[in-house]
Amino acid sequence: MASSQKRISKELAEVTTSPPAGIKVSLVDDNNVHNWNIVMDGPEGSPYAGYLQGGKFKLLLVLPTDYPFKPPKINFKTRIWHPNVTFDEHGSMCIGILKPEAWKPSSKILSVLTATQNLLVEPVPDDAVETTAANSFKEDRAGFNKTAKEYTKKYAK
Amino acid sequence: MKRNAQLTGFASAIRISSLSDEFKHPSTIDTIPPQSKKRKAAEATVASDTLSAQRSSKRIASAAAVKEGPPTPLTTGSPMDSDDEFMSGMSSDEDMLQESDNDDGSADDFGFDEPEPDLGYSQKGAVEKQEKRKFDINYKVYHPEDIQAQQDDLIDEVNMILDIRKEDAAILLRHFRWNKERLIEDYMDRSKKVLEDAGLGPSMTGPPKLEVIPGFMCDICCEDEKGLQSFAMKCGHRYCINCYNQYLGQKIKEEGEAARIQCPADGCKRIMDAKSLDLLVGADLQTRYHELLTRTYVEDKDQMKWCPAPDCTNAIECGIKKKDLLRVVPTVACDCKHRFCFGCILADHQPAPCELVKMWLKKCADDSETANWISANTKECPRCNSTIEKNGGCNHMTCRKCKHEFCWMCMGLWSEHGTSWYNCNRFEEKSGSDARDAQAKSRVSLERYLHYYNRYANHEQSAKLDKDIYHKTEKKMIQLQSASGMSWIEVQYLNSASQALQTCRQTLKWTYAFAYYLGKVNLTAMFEDNQKDLEMAVEALSEMFEKPVQELADSKLKVEIMDKTSYCNKRRVILLADTADNLANEVWTWHPKDLFDYFKS
Repeated sequence: MASSQKRISKELAEVTTSPPAGIKVSLVDDNNVHNWNIVMDGPEGSPYAGYLQGGKFKLLLVLPTDYPFKPPKINFKTRIWHPNVTFDEHGSMCIGILKPEAWKPSSKILSVLTATQNLLVEPVPDDAVETTAANSFKEDRAGFNKTAKEYTKKYAK
Repeated sequence: MKRNAQLTGFASAIRISSLSDEFKHPSTIDTIPPQSKKRKAAEATVASDTLSAQRSSKRIASAAAVKEGPPTPLTTGSPMDSDDEFMSGMSSDEDMLQESDNDDGSADDFGFDEPEPDLGYSQKGAVEKQEKRKFDINYKVYHPEDIQAQQDDLIDEVNMILDIRKEDAAILLRHFRWNKERLIEDYMDRSKKVLEDAGLGPSMTGPPKLEVIPGFMCDICCEDEKGLQSFAMKCGHRYCINCYNQYLGQKIKEEGEAARIQCPADGCKRIMDAKSLDLLVGADLQTRYHELLTRTYVEDKDQMKWCPAPDCTNAIECGIKKKDLLRVVPTVACDCKHRFCFGCILADHQPAPCELVKMWLKKCADDSETANWISANTKECPRCNSTIEKNGGCNHMTCRKCKHEFCWMCMGLWSEHGTSWYNCNRFEEKSGSDARDAQAKSRVSLERYLHYYNRYANHEQSAKLDKDIYHKTEKKMIQLQSASGMSWIEVQYLNSASQALQTCRQTLKWTYAFAYYLGKVNLTAMFEDNQKDLEMAVEALSEMFEKPVQELADSKLKVEIMDKTSYCNKRRVILLADTADNLANEVWTWHPKDLFDYFKS
C-alpha cells in the first residue's frame, strides 16, 4: 500500500539520520523497505554489555504489508540468554508493545527499538518465553548474569 | 385400535395443511443440536406456531394429570408430542380426544418425549402445575431482537437519568458491564473519574464530524494531500479517514472487537463510540459492529449465555449461581431445541452435577486408565470366539456364526437377562479381604472405573447407532407410506421412539458417571433400581426399534413401541426427579467422601 510506503520511508529516514544511542539500522535489501537489519549494543550495566567493547546483537525487523495497522515483527539473530527471548535459532521476543491488543497504528518503530533496549536492561520474568532463564533470573541472579555474560562473549561479537 | 383410527382421521387434515418442511424434517421434538441452518429455518417457522398452541394444551393436560393417580405404564394413550401439537391446533373434537388421552394419566408429567417445551413456561406454568418437576429450573430464551431491545431500554434509561449522550451512555454501560445501578451511583459520586475510566475523557462539545484542515498530515500514513478528510474523537487525536477506515475494519472484521476499540493514538484509551463509527465506515462494517456489541452485552452478563448450538443466535437467561451447581443441574432448552447445561455449556448431562462431569471427563481423557478398554471395541463370542463388532444400539447380541445369544455388557447368557434378574448395571464391590492388599485395591479401583466407563461409553455409542438406524428407517418410512398408503403421521411414532432413545441414553450415560462417584448408601440402591428400570426399558425399545420395516408396519408392534416410548420417558423423569431431589437436599454421599470439599471452600 502506497500509504504504508510513505510512512515507512519517513520512519526509516528518522532512525537512520538521528539514530538512538547504541542502535544502527540498515535495510536488508535497498529495494525493500520492509526488512530492516538492526545492530544493538548490549546496554551498559546489563550482562549483555561485554567487556572491552559492547556486545553486538543483530536483530531482524520485518514490517508486515499492512503496517502500521499490524505491529512489526522483531527477532534476535544473535543468540541471547534472556527470559523474554527464546534461546534458539528464532530468537523470538515477547514484548508488550508488539502484542496485537497493545499496538496502535500511531505507535512507532523507534519506540519498539527503545522498548527492546529497555527489555535488555530490565527483563520481565513473569512474561517469560525462556523459562529456565526466567527461573534463574528470579532465584539466582548472580548465576543468571554469569551465564548471560558467557553467551554474550561467545555469540555477540 | 381406537387411537389408530383417530390418528388416521386427522392425518388427512394435516396432509391438507401440507407441512412439507416437517415432512422432510420430522423433528419437531428434536433434542439434538440442529446440523444445518436450512433445517433450523424449517423448524423455526413451525415452532412458533406449535409452541403457543402447546402451551394452552399443556395447561389442560396438567390439570387432568393432577387429578389422576399415578400413571400406569401400559397405557394406550401414549402421547406423542407431534400428535399433541397438531391436535391442539385443531377442532374441538380433537381437543376432546386429547383430554381423554390425558385422563388416563400418561400425559404431560411423564408423557412428553422431553421436558423442554414446557420448561420454558415453568414460571407461568408453576401455578397450574401443582408439582413442578424437581429438576426444572427457571430460565428465559431471548432472540436477537429481544437482546437489542433490552440494551436500548437500558441506554435510554441512563440517557434520561444522567442527561448524557446515548452513545456515551452505551459506552458507560458497557464499561460497567451493564450494571445500571452501580453506574448511576458511581457517576453521581465522581462523574469525571467514571468518564475517564470508561474512555470518555474530557470532552469538547459538538457532534462528531469529518473535517478538512489545511496543512494537516496524518500521523499514521503520513499523507498530507490537499482536501484530505480527517477525524478526531473528543481526545483530539486526528487521523485521516482512510486510516480510520482501515483501522476500524481490522478491529471489527479481523479481531471481532467492538465495545473496546480505542483511539488509534499510541497510549490513548478513548473508546470509539457508535455515532463516530457510523460516520467513518460503510454499512457492512456498521452492521457487524452492532452485532458484536450485542454479543458483548450477553457475554458481560453473568446471568446470560449464548446457546452453544452451531448457528444459533439466541441467548438464555438463568439465575443459577455458581455456588448452586453442586445442588442443581441447570439444564435449559433453547428454542432451537438444543438442550444444554447452563452451568458449563456442555450438552445435557443430567443427573450429574457440573463438577462431577468435569472430573469424569478429565478422568476419561486420561489414557492411562482407559487405554486397555479403548482397544477393546470388539468382543469375542463367549461360545465360539468369533470376533464381534456391535452394529446396533441393543445389547442383545446374537452371534451370526453359532447363534449364541448373550448380553454385550456382561457377556452372560441373554436368557438370564430378559426375566427378573437383570444385574448388568451394578458393580458389586469386592469383599473387604481383597481390599487389604494394596495391589488388589488398585485393581479393584481400575475395574470399578472400567465398569462405569464401559456402560457410559456404551450408551454414548448406542445412541449414535440408534440414530444411524433411525436415519435408515426414515427413508423406509417414506417408502412404506407410498407402498402401503400409510400416512405421514402414522409413521411418526418411530420419530418419537428415536427421540426417546436418544434422550434416555443421554441420561443413562451420565447416570454411570454419576454412579462412579456415588458413595454406597441405601439411596444408592434406589438410584440403581431406577437406573436398571430405565436401562431395561431403553434396551427393550432399542430392540423393537431395530426390527425390519415390514414388521414395523404391523400395528401391534407399533402400539408396543409407542407404549415403550412413553414408559421410557416416564422412567427417565422418575430417575431425574429422584436424583435431583436428593442433590438439592444434599443427601448423597460421594466416593471419596471429600469429593466436592474443594468446591465448597
